[in-house]
Amino acid sequence: MIDFAFFVEIIPTLLSGLPLTLQLAGSSIAIGFVLALLLALARQGNHWMLVRPIRSFVAVFRGTPLLVQIFLIYYGLGQFRPSLQAAGLWWLFREPYWCAIIALSLNTAAYGSEILRGAIQAVPRGLIEAASALGMSRFLTLRLVVLPLALRQAIPSYSNEIILMIKGTSLASIITLMEVTGIAQGLISQTYRAVEVFVAAGAIYLTINFTIISALNALETWLTPYRVRA
Amino acid sequence: MMDTLHILSLGKGGWGGALLLAAGVTFALSVLGFLLGAVFGAVAAGGRLSTRALPSWLAKGYGTVFRGVPDLLTIYLLYYGGSIALTQLGKFFGGAGFIGLPAFATGVLAIGIISGAYQAEVYRGAYLAVDLGQFEACKALGLSRFQSLRLVIVPQLMRHALPGLGNVWQLVLKDSALISVIGLVELMRQAQIGAGSMREPFVFYIAAGTLYFLIAAVTGSVFRYGEARAWRGIVHA
Amino acid sequence: MKVCRLAAVAAALSMLGFMHTALAEDAPKAITIATEGAYAPWNFTNADGKLDGLEIELANDLCARMKIKCTIIAQDWDGLIPSLKVGKFDVIMAGMFITAKRLETIDFTQPYAIDPGGFAVAKDSELGKLGVSTEKFKLDDEAASKAAIDKLKPLLKGKVVGVQAATTMLEFLKKYFGDTVEIREYKTTEQHDLDLAAGRIDAIFAQKTALAATLAKPEFSGFTLAGPGFVGGLFGAGTGAGLRKEDTKLKEMLNDAISAAIADGTIKRISEKWVKTDVTPVK
Repeated sequence: MIDFAFFVEIIPTLLSGLPLTLQLAGSSIAIGFVLALLLALARQGNHWMLVRPIRSFVAVFRGTPLLVQIFLIYYGLGQFRPSLQAAGLWWLFREPYWCAIIALSLNTAAYGSEILRGAIQAVPRGLIEAASALGMSRFLTLRLVVLPLALRQAIPSYSNEIILMIKGTSLASIITLMEVTGIAQGLISQTYRAVEVFVAAGAIYLTINFTIISALNALETWLTPYRVRA
Repeated sequence: MMDTLHILSLGKGGWGGALLLAAGVTFALSVLGFLLGAVFGAVAAGGRLSTRALPSWLAKGYGTVFRGVPDLLTIYLLYYGGSIALTQLGKFFGGAGFIGLPAFATGVLAIGIISGAYQAEVYRGAYLAVDLGQFEACKALGLSRFQSLRLVIVPQLMRHALPGLGNVWQLVLKDSALISVIGLVELMRQAQIGAGSMREPFVFYIAAGTLYFLIAAVTGSVFRYGEARAWRGIVHA
Repeated sequence: MKVCRLAAVAAALSMLGFMHTALAEDAPKAITIATEGAYAPWNFTNADGKLDGLEIELANDLCARMKIKCTIIAQDWDGLIPSLKVGKFDVIMAGMFITAKRLETIDFTQPYAIDPGGFAVAKDSELGKLGVSTEKFKLDDEAASKAAIDKLKPLLKGKVVGVQAATTMLEFLKKYFGDTVEIREYKTTEQHDLDLAAGRIDAIFAQKTALAATLAKPEFSGFTLAGPGFVGGLFGAGTGAGLRKEDTKLKEMLNDAISAAIADGTIKRISEKWVKTDVTPVK
């Protein structure tokens, strides 16, 4: 019933898209994390000039589908080539690769900033007061007290976000990038064996995600040794 | 500017009507998928909470697979695999012809299965958050298992589940855009058709994004209202 | 009791909108035809959501000749053959070429049109300066077509060419220009048209009639068809209606209807209306 020979045949082809999938996911998770952290910190300041635009940015990117964002950034902005060229940005928006990374990074930055904001707020007030009583500067408090605690607290929620991003890269096939899902679609058009191809591709994503979850769980355990039961 | 208004107008030659209609399809698809997901989610949560190995193992597998595989793949798989399975089922019942699963039904099923995996986690967490004393009180009152669930546990469980369900609902609404890939003319697909036909991608994707945003905002406030109601009379710790 | 339950299940299924399609052996009374709905002017979708184009008009004409009821639906290009196989619809009329590879999986009627594949590029590009050519090369004639392809290769070296995924056009590019150009695969032809206009890609490769319709639009005034057209070989016998291998009766009926539409000039009339040239297959 199950044709193992066929799986053996298609898996190497599908894996040839893995580097692109991992590149897209890796770059956008990294860029998105830096942006998310900056946004979360900027919102701590409570200045309306900073808070309002950030809140709108977060609301827009969390309130619309990633697919719309990718299409808008790729095909939508493609219409404005003269203006983008004048601004010296066309080289960036010309390439589907960069458009995908921009869309994925902005999307994960919006979700990530909310996760990090919650985690920063969850740092006990007393610890921050203690730091200032010790004469630590705001920056030093942030670096030595607030961020280490907040980042550790954010790991479980942030690992969900990372999984969502890995899954999100599958949408890049829609703007001509041949990552794992794109290659899977190509294979189907050649073999017309949709079920087998999608099962194989699904197994690849599951493996990536399972590895990431295990790694992040291990990281969390390592960072919170006192919570481990004897 | 006039061009944009004309493209999006409700009158003849305008795409406004088509986009609004498609937004309605998106809404219907999301609501039905979410409700179906509630059924799957409740069953899977029951499985996870079971002390027996097999239901617990199956429920865990369901959650891992459908939260770990890209939703786009799940949708494609159901679209192609669903019709094959249904045809086999039809043959089993004595039918000889092919049976196709319509795109809308596939979409509802796909969203149901995907969101069920997320909803299961929400229900499980909410069940565990209900005070153990409540279960003991039910026993003391001599309520049957079903009675205690219906009258005591579920109403309290929903209180804890609503914020999580609100998040899953937002996820469902956005996932519904992926159903466009199997040809169902919902909001995203309609925007793509419009963008290609009129060669105005920016206008159409902005319009679609705005409609998604409005649906998300309005339904989000419904969830917040529900949450406020569920917690009425109770002072937050 | 059991029968009752089965009947109830069947009724429920049909109420939910599940479609039963015709049995293979009988002459069908009603069929569903699928098209892409995004391939102007062959088949496309209007603002009011209605399907229109050469193939829609032809499908209605063929159905009238066969005296059967037809429903025409739109379906994503990549989903056409898989969905036909699982029975979502009975016939594909979507500018699909009758190729040896597709014939392994599904069957086709005789061709109802022959339309070569060709390039569209910017007028001021090297290839664009060649200008429009009505030359057609048969890929079966290897020597002649190789010479034509070798003439194009240096003009396209290193260029980015857009093409619709899962099409014979893509197969052609991979086989003959795979070492010369960078290929980008799009879900629909409308999307590669948008990217040509945006300047993200240097050329598109598609059916010449579809390209001509795109280039007639004002935003494409800076672009032109260029170089010769290619037919035969991996492009197969032309554009035909795809159907399941077991539907032999339906194939016979469609073939008769197509022959009649060719003989009385209907295909010539419809194609001149929609694609401005006669694409009637010549025997």
